[in-house]
Amino acid sequence: MRPNNLQAKQFAGYPPQARKVVESHLAALRELPLSFVPSLLREIIDYDYKFPAERLAIDSELANVSSLSPAEIKARFRPFAEISLSLELEQSDWINHPAQFVEQQSAYLWTTHQLDAFRIAATEYGARLQVLVPPGPIPIHRLGIAVIGQGMASFDGKLFRHLREHGTYFDHVKPDDGFRLLLDAVTERAKAHSIPYAHWYIDGGEGVASSPLLTSVSYKELEPVRRTLLKLMQADIDRPGMGPEELRTHMARLTPADVGMDAKNDSVLERFRLKLFTEGSGTQIFSTTFAQWATREVLRRAQALTLLVRYAPRQRQLPMNELLSGTLDPAALDLEGSLVDADLAAYYHWINQQRLFASERSSFLAWFEGHSQAVAIAPFLPKGSKSSQAIDLGKLLALIVS
Amino acid sequence: MGASPFVRGEAARKNRKVIVITFGGGARDQETFAPEGQENIPNLLHDLIPQSSFFTHVTNQGILGHYVATASLATGVYETLNNFSAVAPQHPTVFEYFRKDLKRPSSDAWVVAPSNGFNRIGESECRSYGRGQGARVILPKHLLSAAKPGASADYGHLLRDNYETPLYTPQISGDLELHQLEMILKLSVDDFVAHARTLSSPDELSVYIAKRLMKQDAPSLLWVTMHDIDVAHTGAYSLYVDAIRRTDRLCSEIWHAAQSDPEYAGNTTLFILPDFGRDSDFDAGGNGFQHHRTGDAASRTTWMMALGAGVRQGVLYDNPIQSVDLVPTLGAIMGFSPAQAQGKPIRELL
Repeated sequence: MRPNNLQAKQFAGYPPQARKVVESHLAALRELPLSFVPSLLREIIDYDYKFPAERLAIDSELANVSSLSPAEIKARFRPFAEISLSLELEQSDWINHPAQFVEQQSAYLWTTHQLDAFRIAATEYGARLQVLVPPGPIPIHRLGIAVIGQGMASFDGKLFRHLREHGTYFDHVKPDDGFRLLLDAVTERAKAHSIPYAHWYIDGGEGVASSPLLTSVSYKELEPVRRTLLKLMQADIDRPGMGPEELRTHMARLTPADVGMDAKNDSVLERFRLKLFTEGSGTQIFSTTFAQWATREVLRRAQALTLLVRYAPRQRQLPMNELLSGTLDPAALDLEGSLVDADLAAYYHWINQQRLFASERSSFLAWFEGHSQAVAIAPFLPKGSKSSQAIDLGKLLALIVS
Repeated sequence: MGASPFVRGEAARKNRKVIVITFGGGARDQETFAPEGQENIPNLLHDLIPQSSFFTHVTNQGILGHYVATASLATGVYETLNNFSAVAPQHPTVFEYFRKDLKRPSSDAWVVAPSNGFNRIGESECRSYGRGQGARVILPKHLLSAAKPGASADYGHLLRDNYETPLYTPQISGDLELHQLEMILKLSVDDFVAHARTLSSPDELSVYIAKRLMKQDAPSLLWVTMHDIDVAHTGAYSLYVDAIRRTDRLCSEIWHAAQSDPEYAGNTTLFILPDFGRDSDFDAGGNGFQHHRTGDAASRTTWMMALGAGVRQGVLYDNPIQSVDLVPTLGAIMGFSPAQAQGKPIRELL
């Protein structure tokens, strides 16, 4: 099956809004090369469960493609058309299982040494689209906050090594009531600019009560989902003939109901929460990885305007000798390892925030919880500098968002 | 009565031993030899580098999966096999070339590998090479599992095959099981398990087995595949860096074990190289150090060091080489002909 034969009835299995999107742009989809269309369908098929920012991006991209003549489409997508695919891929059910196709296509591109050509084509296409269809203005500048090191009494190593060069390092921050001050500040932002899925609070531990104006996700709250999912994965593994590809495919098809999530809840958010476990790697094992991956996905998908992330200690990786001797304590936490993990995760938080539109005006704060060390990044703050000013976190935050 | 230099040269080549350590699975320059990563590799940096020829620009143009990439290192061809299947390499391995051309017994080529997925790495299924012509493969974690039957539920973390698909472990069968311990390693099951209890990681177990092999069998071609670093797939940066530090220490241990063993001292060349790197922090398609999926420069570019017999000391080479150049280089050093390998011998090592 090639895209030029696409018919509306072939999308009967798509959710209602996704089907409507496809039907509106079917003529343009027919003109696109096979190496490209399933990547687009992979996004469209989940349209009903996408965040507003994602829907807008899909709509804009499709509107742009539909505005092109067949000759213009041919020229724009030539690098993709030059990718050769196997007959097996062509004959697979890429309409109904686009994600599976994309995964198999990726393996095929590696095998046939076409991955670099595809990467170049995709990067150039994305960059051009950014220019042709720029995102609309945002009502406030983005703010990211990472709170790391919960439970650590002290740390001798150098924190915020990567972030310091981009902002100002403060070593006399007053830590009193620090997290509450930060949470209050982001809640105020959410009140002042109430936009669905624009203001987030992610917690790698239990999470504190927060305003419904903030979209929140916590590791502890999702514990039952995580446990159910691990059981499902184990059952899959034990089935004869099950390999990693089949497992991934099965995981991708799970719905919130399959893992006991409440159908009455916000279906967009529930899908997002589930995908943190089914698409993330290590999120099922370590809370620090969960918080880092959730941060990446909130920025990539929801394009949050405000994102407060608090890292909690993760479980310890059990060394071989303890496993063998039976002296292990499965509940034991790795405080220092968690701090190191979260320190790099804070850096990745900032990198992911900088990938978004209007990044030159965004601000970022990373704080060692309970301690006096923080790094603040804002357009007007000096880079690579240090301040020993005694300042509380509320004032520091006000300083960088002013 | 003295023989001609040519005879002496040939005799030296016959006695030549080579150890290859893959610094796996997947380490970036920025956590190893780049300035900010050097604190993680004190042994390589201060002990081994001064004795070695160091190649700063090694590229892997193949598929960046640990088994397929290690198989490519061992065949000198960018293999395209399924990374998660227990299948043989598609081209003859260095072990087959070595044994066939030099008429060496199976006891002279060994692979110590970390996981079940590597059990077929010792030989291909190629005509005129293949079955029975390659290296003997020992899988320390698999041995441990055999030594503690029924205990895999308790040791799930330890026996985990890889971190990329953490719950998936290919089932293997083979005749080399517990009798390897007694027959080859001269080690009782009880002693093996007791010693394993003193070690903190699977790679430490691999190095223990490798050193035991060196003592008991003294193979001329020993290939040790490290894999602890693959813990990066869990997303825990501290564990990834800890694994790099451990691997750094273990490489040094193997080198010093060789130097203190009369079978190896003075006639051994050691090669250390990562199978590949990991994704850059700045490639939006990846998630930094966690994976090696983007195929970007950071994930493809790495380094190699060679030290010991026949190698110039303290030299840095910045010219690009490829990971598939290893096998032709080993062929030139040891005197066999890797006919199907795609790489080229590294002239700086000849």
